[in-house]
Amino acid sequence: MSRFADRFKELEEKGEAAFIPFVVLGDPDFETSFEIIKTLIKNGADALELGFAFSDPIADGKTVQEADQRALAAGMDTDKALSLIKKIRAFNKEIPISLLVYYNLILQRGIEKFYSNAKSAGVDAVLAADCPVEEAQPLLKAAKKSEIDQVFIVAPTTTESRLKKILETANGYIYLVSTLGVTGERTSLQNRTIELIKRVKPHSKLPICVGFGISTPEHIKGIILAGADGAIVGSAIINLIKKNAGNTKAILKSVSSFCVELKKATRP
Amino acid sequence: MTKGRFGEFGGQYIPETLMPAVEELEKAFYNAKNSKKFLAEFHGLLKDYVGRPTPLTFASRLSKKLGCKIYLKREDLAHTGAHKINNAIGQAILAKHMGKKRIIAETGAGQHGTATAIAAAKLGLECDIYMGEVDIERQKPNVLRMKLAGARVIPVSSGSRTLKDAINECLRDWTASCETTHYLLGSVLGPHPYPEMVAFFQSVIGEEAEKQILVAEGRLPKAIIACVGGGSNAIGIFKKFVQEHKVELIGVEAGGMGLDSGKHAARFADKKLGRPGVLHGTFTHVLQDKFGQIYNTHSVSAGLDYSAVGPEHSMLRKLKRAKYTFATDKEALAAFKFLSETEGIIPALESSHAVAYALKYAKTCDSKDIVIINISGRGDKDLDIVVKEMGGSLE
Repeated sequence: MSRFADRFKELEEKGEAAFIPFVVLGDPDFETSFEIIKTLIKNGADALELGFAFSDPIADGKTVQEADQRALAAGMDTDKALSLIKKIRAFNKEIPISLLVYYNLILQRGIEKFYSNAKSAGVDAVLAADCPVEEAQPLLKAAKKSEIDQVFIVAPTTTESRLKKILETANGYIYLVSTLGVTGERTSLQNRTIELIKRVKPHSKLPICVGFGISTPEHIKGIILAGADGAIVGSAIINLIKKNAGNTKAILKSVSSFCVELKKATRP
Repeated sequence: MTKGRFGEFGGQYIPETLMPAVEELEKAFYNAKNSKKFLAEFHGLLKDYVGRPTPLTFASRLSKKLGCKIYLKREDLAHTGAHKINNAIGQAILAKHMGKKRIIAETGAGQHGTATAIAAAKLGLECDIYMGEVDIERQKPNVLRMKLAGARVIPVSSGSRTLKDAINECLRDWTASCETTHYLLGSVLGPHPYPEMVAFFQSVIGEEAEKQILVAEGRLPKAIIACVGGGSNAIGIFKKFVQEHKVELIGVEAGGMGLDSGKHAARFADKKLGRPGVLHGTFTHVLQDKFGQIYNTHSVSAGLDYSAVGPEHSMLRKLKRAKYTFATDKEALAAFKFLSETEGIIPALESSHAVAYALKYAKTCDSKDIVIINISGRGDKDLDIVVKEMGGSLE
């Protein structure tokens, strides 16, 4: 069984949903990023979603885009991102790690090489933000070879026929995009999110994790009530990194108390 | 192979959220392409509103100076002053047929933004244009024209603050708005069906040019030269001639401050930085570092200042059906001035790159050889830049 499958099973037995924080590897710099990710793990993260900084992140809103730019400005690249993951894996052997990557970064390393490097660094799943199922064959082949779960997105616009194709292709979990639009904090949960969870849940063998705009404990409670198995929180955490820029202590303190609060919302 | 491929190039590399919108667009485009009613509306507006056909002007003084027969395809005379209007009108009609109330577009030089704003005004659609702050600064007259036509111009302050980032912002907007909004992409770029669709709407340039040169000379040209940013004016004029293997097709990229400087937009000519990769939904030649981070480009002409080239160009180059070269900022500026003085035609700085290479190419021609240069747009919008680049005066 994969780390993701193990973790979801474990949580199900406890009657909990997964709290999955997202940060960009190397934001604001390599060392601080490592400290932040350790803090996430120590304060309730059930799994991690880690982003590779990219110059043109079209699926992301301003918050993640700025995080990408901070990381790139501090010298982040694919080699360094992989070595950061190795350090995280050495720190914690059990936590499932998923990557959010733009296709060109995978392509330029060589698709097979990317997946095998990711596997040896300790990665369990990969989501290519700009690669729909239609273009994913080369990724799926490499993922299978390296025993990595290839994760796909289901969006509010996803039609029934596309949903069927995605559910047949995806591994690990389904990343359900809560709203139309890019990543970013949002004030309230939309009815549409609830409807989408209810639409997908009965057909999915895989756990459903909801991301994009999930920013408060109330949002988390809302999606779990609708049937979600996990909540992915990115921009709200990244904004704490931005807000406390230059003060690592303050970043870690605010991130840890926020995580504790978010994890609490996933418990019955 | 997946959809929308030009050889190995092209494809649909976009987030799932946008896939249904792109599928809907593909279906609408294929219907429109075969619909007599749609085509009548499109060609009607091209004739009565855009002012097509645009002339193919024999450049008599230039020809004499260069020692061969130079013809200029006058897209500068199309309404709004550039070829961009052909595609803008086509897609705006399509958007209306699809029931979309609003259109959005990116713009670099402002020609596509202007064309889109004007097509939106003509067809009664709401219109938002994303434009990099750097480009807003250097293409002021076009910003004013867009506003006059009732469009909102949204400054883009992220990244390079030029065309690449304006496209990023459009894709982000569209991800949130695709149910009610059409993204009117301005070049032969982006995910399928855009490269194919934009080429279809622009192919009118080559269709006219072929007829016109046959009337004027009774034979096809030796070469056709066009500038290549994303490459829509080039594909537009090349398309009709691709099967005519004796006609050389030559695309001219922005050489900026020279290849060694790293400050350019020569995706093909710079073998180190320009490699196949994925940007903005398509697999094509992209300027990037070894990890795949996209390079910021430089060109004196905002319309060529972009990190990727249309996937069909990558294919034509691989098949050796078209040849690609570059002209530097300096060469383009000199050509801008030279054509203005010689023919009284002020070309856009983008088109000046094609003129600059034609001046070199002419040296390989004899007096009977015919060369067509696509003057993709007019240069009024560039006067401020040209004066500045020439040290404050035109002398």
